[in-house]
Amino acid sequence: MHARGLTKRFGAFVAVDEVDFDIERGESFGFLGPNGAGKTSTMRMISCMSPVTNGTLRVLGLDPATDGPRIRSRIGLVPQEDTLDLELTVLDNLMVYGRYFDLPRNVIRERTDRLLDFAQLTERANDRVEPLSGGMKRRLTIARSLVSEPELLILDEPTTGLDPQARHLLWDRLYRLKQQGVTQVITTHYMDEAEQLCDRLVVMDHGRFAAHGTPKQLIDRYSTKEVVELRFRSGEHESTARDLHGITDRVEVLPDRLLLYTADGDGTLAEVHRRGFRPESALVRRSTLEDVFLRLTGRTLVD
Amino acid sequence: MGYWAYQYRKTWRSSVTTSFLYPVLYLAGMGLGLGSLVDKHAHTVGGVSYLDFIAPGLLAATAMQIGANDAMYPVMGAIKWIRTYFAMLATPLRVDDVLVGHLAWIATRTGIVATAYLVVLAVFGVVASPLAVFALPAAVATGMAFAAPIAAFSATQDKDIGFTTIYRFGLIPLFLFSGTFFPVSQLPHWLQPVAYATPLYHGVELCRGLVLGTLTLGSGVGDAAYLLGLTALGVLLARRTFTRRLVV
Repeated sequence: MHARGLTKRFGAFVAVDEVDFDIERGESFGFLGPNGAGKTSTMRMISCMSPVTNGTLRVLGLDPATDGPRIRSRIGLVPQEDTLDLELTVLDNLMVYGRYFDLPRNVIRERTDRLLDFAQLTERANDRVEPLSGGMKRRLTIARSLVSEPELLILDEPTTGLDPQARHLLWDRLYRLKQQGVTQVITTHYMDEAEQLCDRLVVMDHGRFAAHGTPKQLIDRYSTKEVVELRFRSGEHESTARDLHGITDRVEVLPDRLLLYTADGDGTLAEVHRRGFRPESALVRRSTLEDVFLRLTGRTLVD
Repeated sequence: MGYWAYQYRKTWRSSVTTSFLYPVLYLAGMGLGLGSLVDKHAHTVGGVSYLDFIAPGLLAATAMQIGANDAMYPVMGAIKWIRTYFAMLATPLRVDDVLVGHLAWIATRTGIVATAYLVVLAVFGVVASPLAVFALPAAVATGMAFAAPIAAFSATQDKDIGFTTIYRFGLIPLFLFSGTFFPVSQLPHWLQPVAYATPLYHGVELCRGLVLGTLTLGSGVGDAAYLLGLTALGVLLARRTFTRRLVV
């Protein structure tokens, strides 16, 4: 996949603003960003559902403007909101979707056995979709996107709203697909998910890329080795942050805690105590993508 | 279209039952019951018994209702609620495929109901001409003359208030005043041209002419051309509204 100057406008609003990227076959590529950053607009363009306003886009070497149906026959899409038919059974959802790809019924039937197993839904095959849990529906959506055996899988916030167990199950399934050589493009606003799943990623904000690289590169470039998290009584964070000035190069104030960026977490924490600060709780941890994100977009992800 | 057939599998039993039940009830109640009263006083309506008069008219009116109904909530729901159209458009299907598939399904369903109606009509002894088999495509054309333009409208809607308006100011007046229950010539003079201009009038005329064998070639071609023309116009409009709504 190849994009140059890719732009999406809705009237005067610029959702995606001249971004460039290349995604290689077999790679897992992530788009991170807060809500409204332009991730979904980008996903919709690369899944050939939304026309490009400006710039060049090639998906699987083809132009979405002229070869939309041909490209879509080779990709699988997991949209942000499930588009399952709640009144049909699990099996019928797969069958109908496969028919959209003009696959013969017996081929679909052959594949559904494997897909249901993969999605751990075999026992629910003949149940209606409506009463299934959120995690089951999400797994069914992913199974459905695989019925055409796509070369490229596009996942728009695959695990938003799922419980931790369901997320780990999904991650495992996506990892298996990656091992089978399926290229994956993933949007998420969970940093742990991006670290787990993505070989490379971009951080998007206001329709542009704020940074790109491997998770490790981004952490090295935009954060320190360790972070000290301090929690004080609410309302004291702003003033305490000013008093802590000089202990480390960078202090980030969050609504519920302070983050001190440092190369040596334990040393910094000792210094905090030595200066007489008494936080209600303190934690030393390694830097994560969340810290990169905070640095680049200046806000937390939770909204 | 396959998708809609899958959906139908859940409800086909009740749907097919009502397909037979409604015409039986209507024809028994209005055709025989009311008809005995009408025939006693007027002897004939438009040259035939009242039952013979309204039975093919009801066929056309029912086709209208199904065509209109199935192009309202199912279309808006496929955009807003179940988002079926978006699921389809993530696959090799194009907007034209989605539109044509859905309309083809509505035509199929109208055809199923019209077939049931015609069987009931035959049982009631209304069918007077072998031409009656062509009342099936005529009824489907009547349904589509409503379904296509209404689908175009539904694709622009976010709430169902527009559908209520179509019912109140469109379908119900048409049902009552387009020649289904009494000849349009009974209407006040100034209202008659309005009735002649409505699609249901042409659907009723066509179905009635075919079932009773009274159709003249000229008027038959005119009615059919009207219905097909309106369907074609509706399809063109729907292509635009579907594209505008679905491809953004």
